[in-house]
Amino acid sequence: MDTWFHTAPYVVSAYSGYVYPNETVLPWGVLIVIYPYITGLVAGAFIVSSLYHTFRIESFKPVARLALLSAFAFLCFAPTPLLSHLGHRERAFEAIWTAHWTSAFAAFGYVASFYALLLVLDIWFAFRADIVAMAQTTKGAAGRLYRILTLGSYDVSERALGYDRKWAGVLAALGIPAAIGLHGYVGFVFGSVKSREWWSSDLMPVIFLLSAVVSGVAALVVIYVVSSKLRRTAIDENCMTGLARVMWVSLIGTMAVEVLEYMEMVYRRVEGFDMIKQLVAGPMWVSLATQALCSLVPFVILTVLLVRRVRGRALVGWMSFSAVLMMVAVLAMRWNVVIGGQELSKTLTGILIYAPSLWGREGVIWAATLFVGSFVWLWALVRLLPPWAPIPTSKKGIINARADFGETGIDPARRHEWELREGG
Amino acid sequence: MNPAWARCEETEKSEEMDKNKPSKSEIGRRGFMCLLGKMSATAAVCSSVAAVALESVPTAAKPKVAEPQYPATGPVPGYDWTKHRWAFGVDTTRCIGCLRCVEACKVENNVPFNPNDYRTWVERYVYLEGEDKPHIDSQSDPKNIAAAGTLTNYRFSDRYRDAKVEKSFFVAKLCNHCENPPCVQVCPVGATYKTPDGVVLIDKNYCIGCRYCVQACPYGARYFNDETNTADKCTWCYHRITKGLKPACVEVCPVQARIFGDLNDPSSTINEFIRSHRVRVLKPWTGNGPHVFYNEIDSEVS
Ligand code: SF4
Ligand code: SF4
Repeated sequence: MDTWFHTAPYVVSAYSGYVYPNETVLPWGVLIVIYPYITGLVAGAFIVSSLYHTFRIESFKPVARLALLSAFAFLCFAPTPLLSHLGHRERAFEAIWTAHWTSAFAAFGYVASFYALLLVLDIWFAFRADIVAMAQTTKGAAGRLYRILTLGSYDVSERALGYDRKWAGVLAALGIPAAIGLHGYVGFVFGSVKSREWWSSDLMPVIFLLSAVVSGVAALVVIYVVSSKLRRTAIDENCMTGLARVMWVSLIGTMAVEVLEYMEMVYRRVEGFDMIKQLVAGPMWVSLATQALCSLVPFVILTVLLVRRVRGRALVGWMSFSAVLMMVAVLAMRWNVVIGGQELSKTLTGILIYAPSLWGREGVIWAATLFVGSFVWLWALVRLLPPWAPIPTSKKGIINARADFGETGIDPARRHEWELREGG
Repeated sequence: MNPAWARCEETEKSEEMDKNKPSKSEIGRRGFMCLLGKMSATAAVCSSVAAVALESVPTAAKPKVAEPQYPATGPVPGYDWTKHRWAFGVDTTRCIGCLRCVEACKVENNVPFNPNDYRTWVERYVYLEGEDKPHIDSQSDPKNIAAAGTLTNYRFSDRYRDAKVEKSFFVAKLCNHCENPPCVQVCPVGATYKTPDGVVLIDKNYCIGCRYCVQACPYGARYFNDETNTADKCTWCYHRITKGLKPACVEVCPVQARIFGDLNDPSSTINEFIRSHRVRVLKPWTGNGPHVFYNEIDSEVS
């Protein structure tokens, strides 16, 4: 009887206002909003790191390794909302051991593990020289940890470092289809459910993918700015402009596809369109307006920043502001998909209103804790493997990948110096 | 809508096809039986390979028909689940909305007594004079619950007593035990599965409680049981029908508005119902192939 008080009240429309009795409890709550959200952050962060590691776009160098660690931190937390949502968490691994392949959910374990493996390897190659340096200089338990992390490979000759860079590039390149796969897949989880008018759409994987990039790059901007402030180091303007470009492009893509999706819905007058109108005007308007505003404002800001070539503090300030708004926009978008889809009854004659509880396993506090947890984990990772590299003085922008094989004999402790030279 | 005879034939055909499928797809995680199935499938493959090798004639490469997919005994001793194809009928011209079926189902199947979880429910469609759309409610409508005054017994409030009602009828709803169940398709662990006698079941000891199936069912037939922390839904009282009994809701219906029987048996009540009425299924465009047949319902019923 308890559950009666947690049910979603439904709107009684002019006529039926009818929803199936079993629908009065929404199967998926705020945890499943946060699940694709955190998963999405992985993509954006990862793509930035690939832009440096694979495409050698020099301006992303200051954040390339930070982006790798961020992607990994988010990926570690991506399954947690899903896990805590399960009725039987102890059976979670059955979805891997005895996966039922016709299910979109079954692939998650595999896709995510493959991605995690790629990321770990990528991180190892990108940080190997530092790990070796720290293994040789750090004492105590931490030193032991670094020595384990070297995996016995202490070779930091220039040739070995060249291999590292090459492998980091290859893995980052492999990671791009993996990222697309992961996020396209998350969109498929929703888009393939034909029982839900609001979800069942071919554009869903594309929307999820593009918005994932938006949120991930935005998160990276925030992480970069905050960490630079905390470390009292300068923020690289070239890097910020580069990030602004990536954000701008992915934002345009997302907005275009989203608008297309809504327009199509309106133009085709899809089934249950009258109810969709009520849904948009009713329980969903706040989150929809949030999504629209928090996408449009950063779009305008970014356009101005890029067109007028704004630099300095103004650039950093406005970028941070836009990044935060964009993170909110994507969160609102996830909410609109996951919750909105369930608020529209399968009867197509009624609407449910979801009000998340604050406490409890399905509550907002727990969902927020998991989200914050990924940042705490990132902080720990950054302490373990400081990703900071000196800002390159290069003006060339794109360096020649073949230049990696140059002189011989580099002191691992002086690797940064070497990188500087390589960059110039 | 196919005529009933064609449908029966189709059912038989698809069952035939089912038998030829490798053992993993449908009941892949049924423990011991799964192992049996795998062993027999492997044996079949091995023997056909051996046969091909021995004959060494390319034209003989046609693989042998695999072993039957399901062990004849099924999960219930003495019950051959390959011999039946169950189906359900709802005669809406008979239903009086007494809701005994809903109560019986809750008791029979330990469904939590709250207004959010039902294995079966009854909808009331009321057309008032001068209106072209029906007013729909079910026993779990707040007004009806208030009228009942309890959550263990159900009733429809008499809110239309003074209204000018043009037409009204009740429609019983339950899991449609679909031919191509999307709930089975989306289950990440295969905890929900279709039996050879056409019943869609959930393995409570295997379900991880992700609720994807609850989302995927277009009929709202599934709910999440907070007591077992697994998905739950109508089983057509599998524990009863495998013993030759009728589902509880069919048993208690005072007016025989609920009909249950075996499509494989030409003289069964369900075949009789389908033969003698024009029937339709709900949301046929989903391609799910429901096996609950309704007569005399408006297109507003979905
Ligand atoms: S009615 Fe719903 S729960 Fe029942 S078999 Fe069909 S899709 Fe599955
Ligand atoms: S809730 Fe259970 S039966 Fe339903 S899809 Fe998830 S694991 Fe399968």
